[in-house]
Amino acid sequence: MTATISTTPVTPTRRRRRSARLSPLLVAFVLVPFAVESVWVFWPALQGFWFSLTRWDGMSPPTFVGVDNYVELAGDATFRGALLNTVIWLVLFGGLSVLGGFGMALVLQRERRGVGFYRAALFTPVVFSLVVTALVWRVFYQPDGVADTLLRAVGLEQLIRPWLADPQTALYAVILPALWRQIGYVMVLYLAGLKAIDPALHEAARMDGASSWQRLRHVTIPQLRGVNAVVLSVIVIDSLRSFDIVWSLTKGGPYHSSELLSTYMYSTAFQSLRLGYASAIAVVIFVLALAVILGYLVRAFREEA
Amino acid sequence: MNKLRTGAFHTGMILLSLLWLGPVIWVVVMSTRSFDDIAAHGVGSLPRSFTLDTYRQAWTDGGELRALINSMLVTVPSVALSLALAAMAAFALSRFRIPGRRTILLLMLAGNLLPPQILLIPVAKFSELTGLYDTLWALIAVQVGFGLGFYTFVLHGFMRELPGEIQEAATIDGAGPAQIFTKVMLPLTRPALAALGALSFTWIFNDLLWAITVLRTDDNMPVTPALLGLQGQFVSSWNVIAAGTVIAAVPTVAVFLRFQRHFVSGLALGAVK
Repeated sequence: MTATISTTPVTPTRRRRRSARLSPLLVAFVLVPFAVESVWVFWPALQGFWFSLTRWDGMSPPTFVGVDNYVELAGDATFRGALLNTVIWLVLFGGLSVLGGFGMALVLQRERRGVGFYRAALFTPVVFSLVVTALVWRVFYQPDGVADTLLRAVGLEQLIRPWLADPQTALYAVILPALWRQIGYVMVLYLAGLKAIDPALHEAARMDGASSWQRLRHVTIPQLRGVNAVVLSVIVIDSLRSFDIVWSLTKGGPYHSSELLSTYMYSTAFQSLRLGYASAIAVVIFVLALAVILGYLVRAFREEA
Repeated sequence: MNKLRTGAFHTGMILLSLLWLGPVIWVVVMSTRSFDDIAAHGVGSLPRSFTLDTYRQAWTDGGELRALINSMLVTVPSVALSLALAAMAAFALSRFRIPGRRTILLLMLAGNLLPPQILLIPVAKFSELTGLYDTLWALIAVQVGFGLGFYTFVLHGFMRELPGEIQEAATIDGAGPAQIFTKVMLPLTRPALAALGALSFTWIFNDLLWAITVLRTDDNMPVTPALLGLQGQFVSSWNVIAAGTVIAAVPTVAVFLRFQRHFVSGLALGAVK
């Protein structure tokens, strides 16, 4: 086994280079998918930047206005509210799903009776669309719905309110179902990461008299650095993209209290038909995502090399 | 002491599982209650009636049948096409010295990591320009284009790990790239293809944003946006809405149950790469 691995890099690479260089079929294998992605992703992305510098109603041709849209964004209270909500979303949704997912992975990592069922239970919502999730939770939040019934049952009826229609609670009422769905997903990622840790490390630490907390702190968490990077990227990108759950529950309302950058962008584009302005919002989302993507790609690149 | 801890573990986890499964069970139960029951006792009460007429209403009156057909018409070709194209690209990029292959691969992945919001307006306009707007073709094209980068990246990682001897042996036997691809690589990549297939099925089937961007007519809408429409149509008929929700969830649950192992490993596979 070891012998074959050590010989592979030399011969096949050379032979491959000689036999298959510039075979038209292989070039097509790369170019066709790349062209498809170019038409539907790369070219539109470039256009998006251009549109953000225009005023455009979608009917008449766009007029170039320079950075006017960005100047207007800076003074747009709704935009700033949406930006703030997106940050809250990132911190709460991201932070809690990482904590919850990691905690669940730790609790459920050891194979024991019943563990498969518990994992599956936590994982179930990942299979549903966010629209389905939203509808499931609407039942909870309905006046006289499950949430209210439960509160009444424990004598807290003074807390009852129209959860999704109250600007004070709407954003948090939307985050909850998003978390419900995300925690199981993050758990799967961490379970995979935990499984990849060499048990000998834990054994050695135990021999040295490390407590379970010390082993978590000094063995497990450092070993999960790779998974952490992935989870963080996934969470930030997911947060910036988050749309379905808000759109199905509140459409960003009431009074923009649950508005995220993505919902504000969508309604500005396709309901207010201010396509240039909406493109500027999209560029802001892009710039926020870019930092994360770069981090992700740098890491991927390092692994490739 | 140990027994106590085991007991606490199971008690805690059963409660937590209930918290996770409870809402789902609740909706399934509610979909079988009659309108009068819900109107009289509220959605929060225990059921006092049983009916399956809700499903008929969601299915025919609510247009879920049409929506399910649309969803399948989009999802199945999108999954097949994007995996086929991604496998081709991954094969060429991982097994041959294509110039600039690393740049191409990372560029393709970067395209998939872009926030879709930046693409919405140009894609909507482009699909109008090409006459694809408001057709399922537009949705298929977008889904394939947007997913390709990630699938290529994952399959590339998988194919790169396959031993070189297999390819070498096939080359010596006189197989060209096309044969190596179809006869050797694809069969060996099957676990990854199954994982990605199960994942992308749920992603595409569950999509909302692209559907409402490139489609307009109700008759063309897939299940996810149709479910939102159902809410407007059956305003306070929570039982019918619940039935519609169950119907919309069945295909992805079925795929999940059928490919459970692949599905879970796929999530991790995509993430650890």
